Amino acid sequence: MRNPLSIEVKLKKIPAYVGMTKIMSYHANEKGYYGEFGGAFIPEMLYPNCEELRQKYIQIMEEPSFKEEFDQLLKDYVGRPSPLYFAERLSNKYNTKIYLKREDLNHTGAHKVNNTIGQILMAKRLGKNRIIAETGAGQHGVATATVCALMGIECVVYMGEIDIARQAPNVARMKMLGAEVRPALSGSKTLKDATNEAIRDWINNPVDTHYIIGSVVGPHPYPDMVARFQSVISEEIKAQLLEKEGRENPDYVVACVGGGSNAAGAYYHFLDTPEVGIIAVEAAGKGIHSGESAATSALGKVGIIHGSKTLLMQTDDGQITEPYSISAGLDYPGVGPLHAHLFKSGRGEFISITDDDAMKAGMELSKLEGIIPAIESSHAFAILEQRKFNPSDIVVINLSGRGDKDLQNYIDYFKL
Amino acid sequence: MKQNRIQKKLQEDKKLLSIYFTAGYPNLDDTVKVIQDLEESGVDLIEIGLPFSDPLADGPTIQDSSTKALNNGMHTELLFEQLAAIRKTVSIPLIIMGYFNPVFQYGVEAFCEKCKEVGIDGLILPDLPLDVYQEEYESIFKEYGLINVFLITPQTSDARIKAIDEASDGFIYMVSSASTTGAKTGFGEVQKSYFDRIANMQLKNPQIVGFGISNSQTFDQATTKAKGAIIGSAFIKHLTEHGPEKIADFVQGIR
Ligand SMILES: Cc1ncc(COP(=O)(O)O)c(C=O)c1O
Repeated sequence: MRNPLSIEVKLKKIPAYVGMTKIMSYHANEKGYYGEFGGAFIPEMLYPNCEELRQKYIQIMEEPSFKEEFDQLLKDYVGRPSPLYFAERLSNKYNTKIYLKREDLNHTGAHKVNNTIGQILMAKRLGKNRIIAETGAGQHGVATATVCALMGIECVVYMGEIDIARQAPNVARMKMLGAEVRPALSGSKTLKDATNEAIRDWINNPVDTHYIIGSVVGPHPYPDMVARFQSVISEEIKAQLLEKEGRENPDYVVACVGGGSNAAGAYYHFLDTPEVGIIAVEAAGKGIHSGESAATSALGKVGIIHGSKTLLMQTDDGQITEPYSISAGLDYPGVGPLHAHLFKSGRGEFISITDDDAMKAGMELSKLEGIIPAIESSHAFAILEQRKFNPSDIVVINLSGRGDKDLQNYIDYFKL
Repeated sequence: MKQNRIQKKLQEDKKLLSIYFTAGYPNLDDTVKVIQDLEESGVDLIEIGLPFSDPLADGPTIQDSSTKALNNGMHTELLFEQLAAIRKTVSIPLIIMGYFNPVFQYGVEAFCEKCKEVGIDGLILPDLPLDVYQEEYESIFKEYGLINVFLITPQTSDARIKAIDEASDGFIYMVSSASTTGAKTGFGEVQKSYFDRIANMQLKNPQIVGFGISNSQTFDQATTKAKGAIIGSAFIKHLTEHGPEKIADFVQGIR
């Protein structure tokens, strides 16, 4: 039932799309560009690997045996479909109709695993027998270590030295799952540096290794490939909403954006449906202009990070700066090129949320619905205080992950 | 286009030694002295590293020198200021090597114009890919007389090497092995067969080998077939240990 490509094919046949100037214009073109953003700005050492992937990824994803294996694992191992839950008390409070897409109920506790399942199957078909990944908070590292354990493949996860210290439980999880966690000691010793180290590892191991990148970032074809793996989220939303509301399209889809993978998945099948509003929520940290923020759309300029032309936080001189957010998963100085394009084109509405407002929203969801969200996801809920919706609007909020990993943060913040 | 200093140098009947160092390292104001001492010591080409916060293709030695240089206060405009009078004292080819983002932020055309003004002969921007260069920037580079140097690696296909050869008008930067920058101890059979393979392709552009060259032995191995070799990390280590001094000793140790 679930294959991320079938709906795309179906959509192309819907008459409403005929006559639009550009069909599927919010998707990557052949060279991986979303408008002016994307591409593959990579040193020649990475060219053979990225090129191999570029030539094969769509073909592999469309193979019936691949789809079958992917769907099966998402169902039996991850626990999909994730429920679309009508949040009645939250809806009453904000006087609109709010549905939660429960990615928090996935195995390993977040949407990240949709991508790692897809990529481990891809790696196997490419004949790779060693996996590397980067991680910030550890969620993507855990999701990668998990699928490597599942497949019996060697796994090395790069993680900033500072993040290793502040995310100890996830480090322990990765170790239990058999992964080697290597500290990134360069630069600011956080997510962007872990990504640099993973890329350097790939340069040094071009033949046997596949790099499972954790979001819709990096050189083409990664943003598009990861978005396709995550697109199962919006594919399910359509089917579930049809069942519950008699319509496929909500009025709004809301998601937090770090690199942008849960958001890309939640928007994917609505990108070219203009009547569905797209709301992207970034982390303002201690305030957009506080100097401690990760609100890339507000603070970023066009540039190149990790092989992709996109919006990124940088100095006037083009040095990449260190972002800040209370949530380690939103603490990335760029956004995926899809999101840069959604911002620049006006297709997406971008809102940024401070640490304080996110923490309050996380507490509120816990109290009203009995769901403790990941702090990343809390950012998406915080817009309800700032953005008015009509009582008849259907608003789907992507609940990207659960809050277990953030308990210490909640404890410290609320002095629990 | 009139011949630039790189093209002239490549015609000399000898193996070329190129040295990379990071601008503003070890001290902010060392850039000019290091260039002058390298020329005096008999080096053939110099690659001036424009430091970047996230040097993806570099190993720990050049990463550290870049971080240090940035902390020292190095930035693009300052590098051009430091180089403003360089052609009064130095005549060998000068190449700026860096990552694309700082160049992009400066403005590619403005950057190229400045390069011409101070007397830079070429650029090496490892993360500016061939197709983007050709579609968007080649005409600008040419207008300002700059040679763009492309990299190839042992994994680069013959077809792509030919395309790169076609797009080049100076030399090809032959990365010795699948790796980031950093000094290694020697070259094995894999490298030798790669060196042979490239030599047999009879490319129109000469090749200069880089990555993993640290002493006279590796220099000789790398240049058995190729036109020259580039030393980076090993020279940075020298600067770290000795400061901008005894540069001639280092160079004489190579050949
Ligand atoms: C629960 C959760 N949500 C969101 C994110 C942000 O990533 P992305 O923007 O790629 O969805 C993360 C990243 O670690 C996460 O763990």
